[in-house]
Amino acid sequence: MQPGSPETFPRLLLERAALTPDKTAIREKDLGIWQSWTWAQVAEEARALACGLAAQGFKRGDRLAIVGDNRPRLYWSMMAAQALGGISVPLYQDAVAGEMAFVLADAEIEYAVAEDQEQVDKLLEALAQWPRLKRIYFDDPRGLRHYSQGELMSLSELEALGREFSASHPRFFEEAIEKGRPDDDATILYTSGTTGNAKGVVLTHRAMIATGRAYADFEKLGADEEMLAYLPMAWVGQNLFSYSQWMVAGFCVSCPESAETVTTDLREIGPTYYFAPPRVLEALLTEVTIRMEDASRPKRALYRRFMDIARRVGGKILDGDRVGLADRLLYALGDFFVYGPLRNALGMSRVRVAYTAGEAIGPDLFAFYRSIGINLKQLYGQTETTVYVCVQPDGRVKPDTVGPPLPGVELRVADSGEILVRTPGLFREYHRNPAATAEAKDEEGFFHTGDAGYLDADGHLRIIDRAADVGQLADGTLFASKYLENKLKFFPYIKEAVCFGRGRDKVCALVNIDMAAIGNWAERHSLPYSGYADLAGKAEVRELVGECVEKVNRDLAADATLGNSQIRRFLILPKELDADDSELTRTRKVRRRFIGEKYRTLVDALYSAAPRCHVETQVRFEDGRTGTVAADLAIVDAKTFGVAAVRKAA
Amino acid sequence: MSRNVGAPILEVEGISLSFGGVVALQGVSFDVREHEIRAIIGPNGAGKSSLLNVINGFYHPQQGSVTFKGRRRRDVDPHEAAQAGIARTFQNIALFRGMTVLDNLMTGRILKMKAGFLQQALYWGPARREELEHRAKIEEIIDFLEIQHIRRTPVGRLPYGLQKRVELGRALAAEPALLLLDEPMAGMNLEEKQDMCRFVLDVNDQFGTTIVLIEHDMSVVMDLSDRVAVLDYGRKIADGAPDEVRRDRAVIDAYLGVAH
Repeated sequence: MQPGSPETFPRLLLERAALTPDKTAIREKDLGIWQSWTWAQVAEEARALACGLAAQGFKRGDRLAIVGDNRPRLYWSMMAAQALGGISVPLYQDAVAGEMAFVLADAEIEYAVAEDQEQVDKLLEALAQWPRLKRIYFDDPRGLRHYSQGELMSLSELEALGREFSASHPRFFEEAIEKGRPDDDATILYTSGTTGNAKGVVLTHRAMIATGRAYADFEKLGADEEMLAYLPMAWVGQNLFSYSQWMVAGFCVSCPESAETVTTDLREIGPTYYFAPPRVLEALLTEVTIRMEDASRPKRALYRRFMDIARRVGGKILDGDRVGLADRLLYALGDFFVYGPLRNALGMSRVRVAYTAGEAIGPDLFAFYRSIGINLKQLYGQTETTVYVCVQPDGRVKPDTVGPPLPGVELRVADSGEILVRTPGLFREYHRNPAATAEAKDEEGFFHTGDAGYLDADGHLRIIDRAADVGQLADGTLFASKYLENKLKFFPYIKEAVCFGRGRDKVCALVNIDMAAIGNWAERHSLPYSGYADLAGKAEVRELVGECVEKVNRDLAADATLGNSQIRRFLILPKELDADDSELTRTRKVRRRFIGEKYRTLVDALYSAAPRCHVETQVRFEDGRTGTVAADLAIVDAKTFGVAAVRKAA
Repeated sequence: MSRNVGAPILEVEGISLSFGGVVALQGVSFDVREHEIRAIIGPNGAGKSSLLNVINGFYHPQQGSVTFKGRRRRDVDPHEAAQAGIARTFQNIALFRGMTVLDNLMTGRILKMKAGFLQQALYWGPARREELEHRAKIEEIIDFLEIQHIRRTPVGRLPYGLQKRVELGRALAAEPALLLLDEPMAGMNLEEKQDMCRFVLDVNDQFGTTIVLIEHDMSVVMDLSDRVAVLDYGRKIADGAPDEVRRDRAVIDAYLGVAH
């Protein structure tokens, strides 16, 4: 890190505006056209918003809530708040009013920026529980014309106020930025929390910028990178990749037109730097698989033939390993016919560095992307570490690990198997929660990650599971639930799976089918169905899922340590697990314990000898109403394999 | 409310229409005021669609007249009606299935295109400028109807609910003063219906477009419309605010049947 380089975000912004004023900083697709703003323009917008907020009484240390999809003005609002010495608190845009009220109250928020009517409505609803929220600024005025609440004002009006204020206080913006210190809090990110209420992770300017710089150095990110900002602004990764690194490296971030157009926008932008959580990669692969199944016979044959070659040598070629000339030629041919067009269809033709993280990725899923020449790498980190702990380095990717610790990271494995880290990007504290802070961060400043893992012979970190989730069956066999679930989820037909087995005599699973994949399969097999629950209850679908479980069991049987954790019984849930029903976190991680409680009757039935069971469950619709789903479910005994028998066969 | 219902923009007087011996409409009169949402309801075969077809010049009635924006006329061709500012959607979707959403919407602008055939073919000078202007207008509609993600999708590949939305978009592309919607929610599920209701209200509110709609879903009609006209066997049997119509004896009889 060079001395004298800016250590707060507003100073970074001023530096960008001075160094590369005419370079495009951010784009947004609006009315079908990519609109762009240069760094100089972004700095001007941030100035107007900051001055506007100041005119409205926003003070040093105040917190600004930001809620909505990725929009340039929301990013500028973050900058504006930080320029005034304030703290940005981005909220998940799909949170319900109650969840928002919790964060608003916990962070004592008086000012909020909302993207559109939907978010304004939720904030107004939250107002009943948190009346101290005094200002709500909105970006898109659509549908808000008839709203008369005194709290409301459009961002355009705020900017106009700011320009007036700035005209009468010309040095105000720079002076406010001068007052900022690197160790000031920059942002509070609320973690989704697989248990209990969300915790506010407080990150300083110094921590976030140090992390951004370290990543930019490690991956040699330059000002020419293109990135699409499409994940929630409340998620730490988005704050790192398209905020901290963006300003540090000075590249260009593009905001998609809407959540539904991301695939098209991705293709139009052609990012060089890309992040996707496993579920997005999974959805893309499912889409590819479906479309290939619908393709004509010769195309299908070509795809299968060349994907076999890719599976065999693609990863090795990417890692720079030795591969025979014949295979190289075949791969080059495949690149022309299949992999190149496929990368193009996925919008990944120009990707130089692609990351995945958030949860463990299925090994086959991971291998698929690498085999077609996309440099997909896993990284490991938490909100508390600004996702800076481990990354798989170029050319040395070991799929079952997350790579060696990054420069500047000290990593220890506790006796319990828990991973402890100390990094330059560590969080300061949990907001107003000293007890939780003390529990997570020890006297030496090491953060207790809650993950169990170990460093392998090459010094790469291998994560087994959440420390609390790695358990044993009653007979002492190792039981890693997430590992099993990920194996199941790799099948395009299975969307979610929840495995049970800790302290029990066998492993059983609840399975969610993938509506798109199975729906398509049903159409091709002329199987009529009326909806999700009906499809999930079909005997044919049970058979199909049974085959998937059987394949997982066959794999497991080949592994001596996990061989006994084969899935003995499973059933298919009649409804999709949903964050609105608290079954998933907002980042779509399974809340195993909650599901275990909620579907206790089903779990009990799985562990009895009963062939069927009845379930009645509450669902919450998108408009907030609730209803119940009732169904009679069949329990399937899965085919299992003797550990030795498979070995012989192999 | 910015929306203020004004003077009648459309007056239909004494319309009678028959096909050979089949009488479709008998002496139907009603009016539509500027900026209002006017519903026409009635059992199957009551003559609702025929009435819309008379208004936009598809059918020529044997008796009666239509006065639109103060111009009284009896026989008018559909393209004249369109030019005067009347747009419509159809009960059975009438889009170009092989064309993309964008191209379908562009067809809604045809009446507004001034460049000649040759200029358009060469995409030159004024033609190019004109096309860009039309495209900008279409993008506003795409944004308004929230169909950005299907801009380049051929219409035939879209689910029914979205096709209906695209058809509404094409009608809006003509920037009509009067919009005729023939069963805009038919065959939709609850969510699609709610979306469509919102769009109809938004169109009326933001663009001030006067809307005449035919609809079977009573809750939709009662929620959306300012006034409701009821047809039965080609005659108007009731006309008024939704609440009045709901209580009207003749309407209840027409829908539920009467003991003879």
